[in-house]
Amino acid sequence: MRHDIEVRLNGEWRSLEVLPREVLLDVLRARLGVKSPKVGCERGDCGACTVLLDGASVRSCLVLAVEADGHEVTTVEGIEHDGLTAVQQELIEQSSFQCGFCAPGIVVAAAELVTRTPHPTAEEVREAISGNLCRCTGYEAIVDAVVTATRDPIRAGEGT
Amino acid sequence: MTIVHDFEYAKPVSLEDAVNLLERSGARVLAGGTDVVPWLRDDLIEPTLLVDIKAIPGLAEISLGGTHMRIGALITFSDVIASPIVGEHAPMLAEMAAQVASTGIRNRATVVGNVCSAVPSLDAGPALMVYDGAVEVIGPDGDRLIPLDDWFVGPRSTRLQIGEMATAITLELPPADHAGAFLKLSRYSGEDLAQANLAVLATADREYRLAFGAVAPAPVRARRIEAMLEGRSVDDPLLDAASQLVADEIAPITDIRATADYRIHMCQVMFRRGLRAVCERLSGVGPPYGTQLI
Repeated sequence: MRHDIEVRLNGEWRSLEVLPREVLLDVLRARLGVKSPKVGCERGDCGACTVLLDGASVRSCLVLAVEADGHEVTTVEGIEHDGLTAVQQELIEQSSFQCGFCAPGIVVAAAELVTRTPHPTAEEVREAISGNLCRCTGYEAIVDAVVTATRDPIRAGEGT
Repeated sequence: MTIVHDFEYAKPVSLEDAVNLLERSGARVLAGGTDVVPWLRDDLIEPTLLVDIKAIPGLAEISLGGTHMRIGALITFSDVIASPIVGEHAPMLAEMAAQVASTGIRNRATVVGNVCSAVPSLDAGPALMVYDGAVEVIGPDGDRLIPLDDWFVGPRSTRLQIGEMATAITLELPPADHAGAFLKLSRYSGEDLAQANLAVLATADREYRLAFGAVAPAPVRARRIEAMLEGRSVDDPLLDAASQLVADEIAPITDIRATADYRIHMCQVMFRRGLRAVCERLSGVGPPYGTQLI
């Protein structure tokens, strides 16, 4: 049986009919036109499909679309609504990514981290993105960019 | 790869409605979905109906009554990490939760769901067992309480009957001052399943409780070690004697994550470090909760 659902996707309410077996990741990409969450392992291991559900990062490959009814889903497209975030700018500046497949998931995971911890340490960044696999970079340039973009200007000014 | 077979979906708003729905043949509970959805993809389960329990009031609470702590079926690992009640009364549970998978899973995966999935490497099992945890179950014939000691039947198998659902886990906090420690051995820090894990609890009146995980078909309380330690203060000769018993308490296999011999050896190492850590924590000088102990 089909279910009518409403999802607030990147700030805009969208209505559609879904089957219970339809997974949020597939619905976002194939039916709602949002391509940033990537289809990777499809079992919650790689983090490429990470989106925010009511502000908390989740694997969209592990959420049924019908479960998102009445909830808010945010992807990279919604995070950058006022232009690129400081973290995104710095990721570009440092050429932190190579192929870019993991980038949307990492940007979303970093966005959740920065909301809770505005000035994370490198260790906190590593922990926050530990569920996002990157097979190109070795992560260092990603961690550096997030730390640099979010560094506390007062503390940084102390010259420590 | 999509989920190929169809099923129905219901989101009841009361426990009573959920129990009625679960009486239907092929019905199955859905909470966080981090196990259910991959199992659907792999055709490990083929339910006719998923009963989403996320709209049922009262299940998303951690509460304290006397020496009982109750963790509702919708409490996620992230909720455990953030809970002031856990932080004050059972910080070892937060130490455990912070070592489960990664944020994107912890935001969704529930503690009760972890116990219901009952994979041998589950991290919640040993941590809850040292608090004499019990699963609250509701079904067509009413409520029952199943101690975790009896709960696990084997890999992915529990005492939960068809038609029943787990609504909470109840823990018994020791009346005396106590400290805990949770140690997880994995191939790398970050998102890996346990090669072995260990929960330790010690009280100011020298009662010790230990449970090992990922080294037997289900988590096990190390009762012979507990009996040897009871009433005594921990020193090196006692640790030497007690660590001789570790191999008898567990029954590890060799698999993709570790050999049986390595697991036995590391369980002895974890036993010594875990015991030392709880004793130091009890006396107020131990490593802060959240410190990597192995």
